[in-house]
Amino acid sequence: MQKLFTNKEYVDYVEKKAPKSKMARNVIRAFAVGGLICVVGQFINNVLTAQGFGKDMAGNLTVLIMVFIGAFLTGINVYDDIGKFAGAGSIVPITGFANSIVSPAMEFKSEGYITGVGARMFFIAGPVLVYGISASVVVGILHYLIKF
Amino acid sequence: MQGKRKGKQTVKIDIPISIISTASIVGPKEGQGPLGTYYDMVIEDEMWGEKSWEKAESKMLKETFAKIVNKSGKSMDEINYLLAGDLLNQCIASNFAFRDAGIPIFGLYGACSTMAESASIGTMLINGGFADNVVCITSSHFCSAEKQFRFPLELGSQRPPTAQWTVVGSGGIMLSNQGIGPYITYVTTGKIIDMGIKDSNNMGAAMAPAAADTIVTHFKDTGLSPSDYDLIITGDLGSFGKELCEELVSKQGYDIKNNYADCGMMVYDSEKQDTHSGGSGCGCSAVTLAGYLYQEMKKGRYNNVLFVGTGALLSTTSAQQGESIPGIAHGIAIQNKFE
Repeated sequence: MQKLFTNKEYVDYVEKKAPKSKMARNVIRAFAVGGLICVVGQFINNVLTAQGFGKDMAGNLTVLIMVFIGAFLTGINVYDDIGKFAGAGSIVPITGFANSIVSPAMEFKSEGYITGVGARMFFIAGPVLVYGISASVVVGILHYLIKF
Repeated sequence: MQGKRKGKQTVKIDIPISIISTASIVGPKEGQGPLGTYYDMVIEDEMWGEKSWEKAESKMLKETFAKIVNKSGKSMDEINYLLAGDLLNQCIASNFAFRDAGIPIFGLYGACSTMAESASIGTMLINGGFADNVVCITSSHFCSAEKQFRFPLELGSQRPPTAQWTVVGSGGIMLSNQGIGPYITYVTTGKIIDMGIKDSNNMGAAMAPAAADTIVTHFKDTGLSPSDYDLIITGDLGSFGKELCEELVSKQGYDIKNNYADCGMMVYDSEKQDTHSGGSGCGCSAVTLAGYLYQEMKKGRYNNVLFVGTGALLSTTSAQQGESIPGIAHGIAIQNKFE
């Protein structure tokens, strides 16, 4: 077998030949569903503002509600179907973040609340948190030093 | 020994060793698949009344084993060895399933090739005179495999077209030196082949070179040709892997186009059931052998089958460390006539 191909030739060949994801279709779906999620968020935000909440408070509450919706849809086994359809469209918004925390929590419940749910809950979202928070600290320090 | 060994990787079995009974239990999705009627039992939900998927998988193995023994008419005392394995870390599905079996057991890990691997070793144990009756059994479970190898089930993500779907199922066979066939006549043991594929969503491509190598080696070692078989069937290469395997075999001068199939492509209707490239997992080839293949051989639709179990020998650690995926394939010839 090794005589037929070198590893590189084989990997290149497989890459060339492998069936590809339908890029155009996926992009359109992601755009539509991602946009829809944002529209829902904006709607909630507008309603809250109309109810007399200040801009910051309305923003915080909107995030809270969207995270709840994401978590809830994960809990009733719906979010994975949305994700399968929408791809990045449902991963990028904050509902996707909720999904990435709730889904491992559900999955590892069989290992108990400490070593299962507690320890594994952030195994997908963890890196986002670590580098997101680290980046914000760095930017914060820069902001303090260079008053722009 | 001279008489038994043929070439570098093959042994010819020189006493009649039969598959005397088989059994398979599958999940609901597999039950709805094209081979649904061939299985002994379809469980209603993947948890099967257990507290975890791992426990459900163990239960499938245990129940499948009970069915194999029942159908064989043998008593527990007559079974000399149990050869079992699965995909879970430290083979917990099998080791926990057979805690109370009270039968000498060899735990095997050949990834998805475990059915062919256990049958190979079982046949050789009997041919060597070390056993009269051996049970070879394996299982896989979509949920426990996803949990271990990929992401949580409820995570909203997409699968690429080359991804495969792990079969929920357990299948096994009992081999015996008393029986009326089908007989296992050749065992071709595969070697590990790694062509540098790193994408764990494209295991078909990772395993295809190993499958092709074992198939070609089998022909070279035995002097047989593809036309000597009604069916050459690989374990779980899926549609893309099958295409690659066929091509690799034909590049080495053997044409298997007319009688080549893949269990991974038969176990689901990939269009209707949205399984992309096809089925995978130890259970994939095991339930196809124990269900469809065995029954169709008994009916005489197939008389000579080359069954090639394929496995991708990766772990989550090796994948994270950027290692490529080594492949393995073990072949056994199953024939209705013993010569």
